[in-house]
Amino acid sequence: MRYVPLTPNDREEMLRTVGVATGDELFKQIPEEFRLKKYIKLSNPIGEMELTAITEGFAEEGRKSAKKISFLGGGINRHYVPKVIPALLSREEFLTAYTPYQPEASQGTLQAQYEFQTYIAILSGMDVANASLYDGATAMAEAALMARRINKKGKIVYISRAIHPHYREVLKTYLRDIDVPIVEIPFDQKTGKTVFDAEQMKDALCLIVGYPNYFGVIEDLTEAREVATKTGALLISVTTEALALALLKPPGEFGVDIFVGEGQSFGLNPSFGGPLLGLIATKDAYVRNLPGRLIGRGKDKEGKDAFVIVIATREQHIRRKDATSNICTNEALCALAVSMYLTLHGKAGLSRLAKKNVENMFLLRRALSDIPGLTIPFSGTTFNEFVIRTKYPGHILLEKLKHYDIYGGIALSDDYRHTNRNDILVSVTEMNGLKECIELVHVIKEILK
Amino acid sequence: MMHDTEKLIFEQGSEGRIGVDLPPILFPEEIAATLPKELCRDDLDGFPEVSEPEMVRHFTRLSQKNVGVDDCFYPLGSCTMKYNPRVNEAIAALDGFTKLHPAMPCKDTQSAFRIMWELEQMLSEICGMDAFTLNPVAGAHGELTGLKIIKAAIRARGETRNKILIPKSAHGTNPASAVLSGFTPVDVEVDVDGSISLDSLEKVLDENVAAMMITNPSTHGLFETNIGKIAEMLHAKGAYLYCDGANLNALVGIARPGDMGFDVIQTNMHKTFSTPHGGGGPGAGPVGVKAELIPFLPCPRIVKTKWGDGPFCPPIKLEQYEEPYFRPKYDKRSIGRVHSYYGNFLVLLRAYCYICTMGAKGLREVALAAVLNANYLRVSLGKIGYHVPFNKMCMHECLLTDHGLPNGITTMDIAKRLIDKGFHPMTVYFPLTVHGAMLIEPTETETKETLDAFIQAMQEIFEEAKTTPELLHAAPIRTSVTRIDETAAHHPKKLNLRWRKN
Repeated sequence: MRYVPLTPNDREEMLRTVGVATGDELFKQIPEEFRLKKYIKLSNPIGEMELTAITEGFAEEGRKSAKKISFLGGGINRHYVPKVIPALLSREEFLTAYTPYQPEASQGTLQAQYEFQTYIAILSGMDVANASLYDGATAMAEAALMARRINKKGKIVYISRAIHPHYREVLKTYLRDIDVPIVEIPFDQKTGKTVFDAEQMKDALCLIVGYPNYFGVIEDLTEAREVATKTGALLISVTTEALALALLKPPGEFGVDIFVGEGQSFGLNPSFGGPLLGLIATKDAYVRNLPGRLIGRGKDKEGKDAFVIVIATREQHIRRKDATSNICTNEALCALAVSMYLTLHGKAGLSRLAKKNVENMFLLRRALSDIPGLTIPFSGTTFNEFVIRTKYPGHILLEKLKHYDIYGGIALSDDYRHTNRNDILVSVTEMNGLKECIELVHVIKEILK
Repeated sequence: MMHDTEKLIFEQGSEGRIGVDLPPILFPEEIAATLPKELCRDDLDGFPEVSEPEMVRHFTRLSQKNVGVDDCFYPLGSCTMKYNPRVNEAIAALDGFTKLHPAMPCKDTQSAFRIMWELEQMLSEICGMDAFTLNPVAGAHGELTGLKIIKAAIRARGETRNKILIPKSAHGTNPASAVLSGFTPVDVEVDVDGSISLDSLEKVLDENVAAMMITNPSTHGLFETNIGKIAEMLHAKGAYLYCDGANLNALVGIARPGDMGFDVIQTNMHKTFSTPHGGGGPGAGPVGVKAELIPFLPCPRIVKTKWGDGPFCPPIKLEQYEEPYFRPKYDKRSIGRVHSYYGNFLVLLRAYCYICTMGAKGLREVALAAVLNANYLRVSLGKIGYHVPFNKMCMHECLLTDHGLPNGITTMDIAKRLIDKGFHPMTVYFPLTVHGAMLIEPTETETKETLDAFIQAMQEIFEEAKTTPELLHAAPIRTSVTRIDETAAHHPKKLNLRWRKN
């Protein structure tokens, strides 16, 4: 076995040192009744050549699917990943290192994470960000739990129904067992924006709003802030397409208390939905309520700049049951990819890329809206996603588009069955050239004829 | 070449540089009209402007300040820092996997579903459980999922049990996960021989106990020999037995938690199943359960059927699909969703490749070699004179302490001195049940030569402790930075969590 180097001679010598005659004796502390008498039922070991052949066979199907024209988004965003990123990520010093608990041997990971925290803080306009959470959905749930630690008076989590349905489901899973009620706030079918009503928000713990929301619509955070303040709620904003923040006024400028988001847009492939990257950032005043790892900049004994995990007294390995979260393993390597991506694009590049997304969105939306029988139901301003409506139920239109080898988007019928049965969420990025957009327009025209 | 300091990326570059090629903007006025100024931010003040080669040099230099499993022996206890096979990295980088979008119709992503479904079956067989979910993305996320499953099962019984028993030697994630699932964690004492105290268990075990979480082998590196009895005691009171599978590496192919009476287990792909730790993640923490708990598994679950009839799958005619057909399924009794989509697919794919490579025989070899290596270290280091608190056969890791070392030498000093000698330190000051703990887990992927070199280094350190203790107090000296003033870094006035301009 090429991963297990001990030879029979090694074993014999080592067993002698340990003072036993056979390998089986090492396991005598396991009661006889629990020791397996035969091999478990798995296939025989396979060699690298065979493994590669089998998995490449599996990947073939995916390669075909990946070649089709795609307008899929919904929190898993298709952006180009420069080849230099996977090349650097595969450096073993990053890839095979553990969590940086020994700072002297982990300055690379630590400095990179400190830089990541800075990037996310600037992007979100917040004071501080942590070193990552699992994904956008769990980050949002963690934000609600964080709000509960800060706001002792409020009881109810208010969340916009225009937030990604999966995110709302994860929130329910997280809050159900600790008896925090969730109330969903409706959105306006004309604008696609959340309808805030301070009168209806009794005992508010926090208010969670998408920015942009699931429909791609840019919510009015000024109004959200006012309502949150009036009702004593903490304001949490959620961004599933982080590229939007390169252009949009950052959540911090609106006085958002906790920013969360999905960082996958920056240098991570869709990867069938994982690994992803949870972002969380907050105001200085709430730092000690943050979940997860935080990296600080300090000095070594000689006064040299050095980086180290700080205020770990919030974390499970020190605080145990009183920790702010149970998170231990996070998404460190994904955060590193994000740092690399943001470094490559830089100040000018990221905004330009975001503008390209707006441009493609605008061109496609205008062309589609000219098609008879197709409407754009929501009037709200959008970034790179928008909703279309036809006479067909969403999944039927998608099925028809598939015959032309196009993934047209995500049907809203699964999650907004009673109100938006005929709607499809279309995502358009820099990956969708003019040709692809024209193709989509032609085909939909054909179908709706 | 070791670079002493690497400037922050925000202090590098020059205005006008860029590291990517971007398509030209064709309609700037339309963009401005689409996105009115009042919605827009000022520029990304603080973001650097660097070329691709500068970026490459920056991150390469950072990487050189790190130590990975490929550099040296990395015996972190309870972390299972084994070799991460490169072939699995290559496979996980294939376009046919990385470019898959989870919202593609499931007809087009059958291979991905198939891989996950098969991995669930493999893990069930390895752990002796009836079903698995792959959704949790880390060990602690798995714990949370497992406890929520227990909570849901208890709720379904119409009960309100709210206590979770946890031995004091457990990982900190255990009590933290229990609280997050709405339970009250209750400590169970550990006996002098390192095992769970049955007396203490008896005292706290009542009808209010929902479950007990046990890491087996424990974080003392010992198998809980009373596990059968403990399972009986809990089940007799109607409570569940939860296995923290962090230390599964000692058991693969040798014994199965399911056979011991465990009802739920979380496994760590980034430990036992060789996926890289990545400096702290991403991992994957699949959770296995016994049959009665299957309805409560998080959704979506992956099921094997003859046709697709789920919400993502419009009905397909049976004759079109002779092959089995995989699709996501949503169960009403489920605890709900725990992740945006299906979990960390690319990590799961690597684990799948690993299990295929090893097969049943290879996995058994893993446990045999891991346990032999740990015992070899235990005996050899004990001979040097290090204090071994539980000096009996251990499993995949062995526990030492700094008890009896001269000149005020502590576990921390030994750890730092090991860095100078070219080794990553062991896990220090954990478990909390033992003062000055050093938890050493060699894993099965090390050679005898490496273990001997480590023993040699520990021998030298033992001598240095007596003769030149200042060397240990000063360590490490061969790294890019020396020991860090952590107290100062934590000071509220000095707390620095981000770079700021000027």
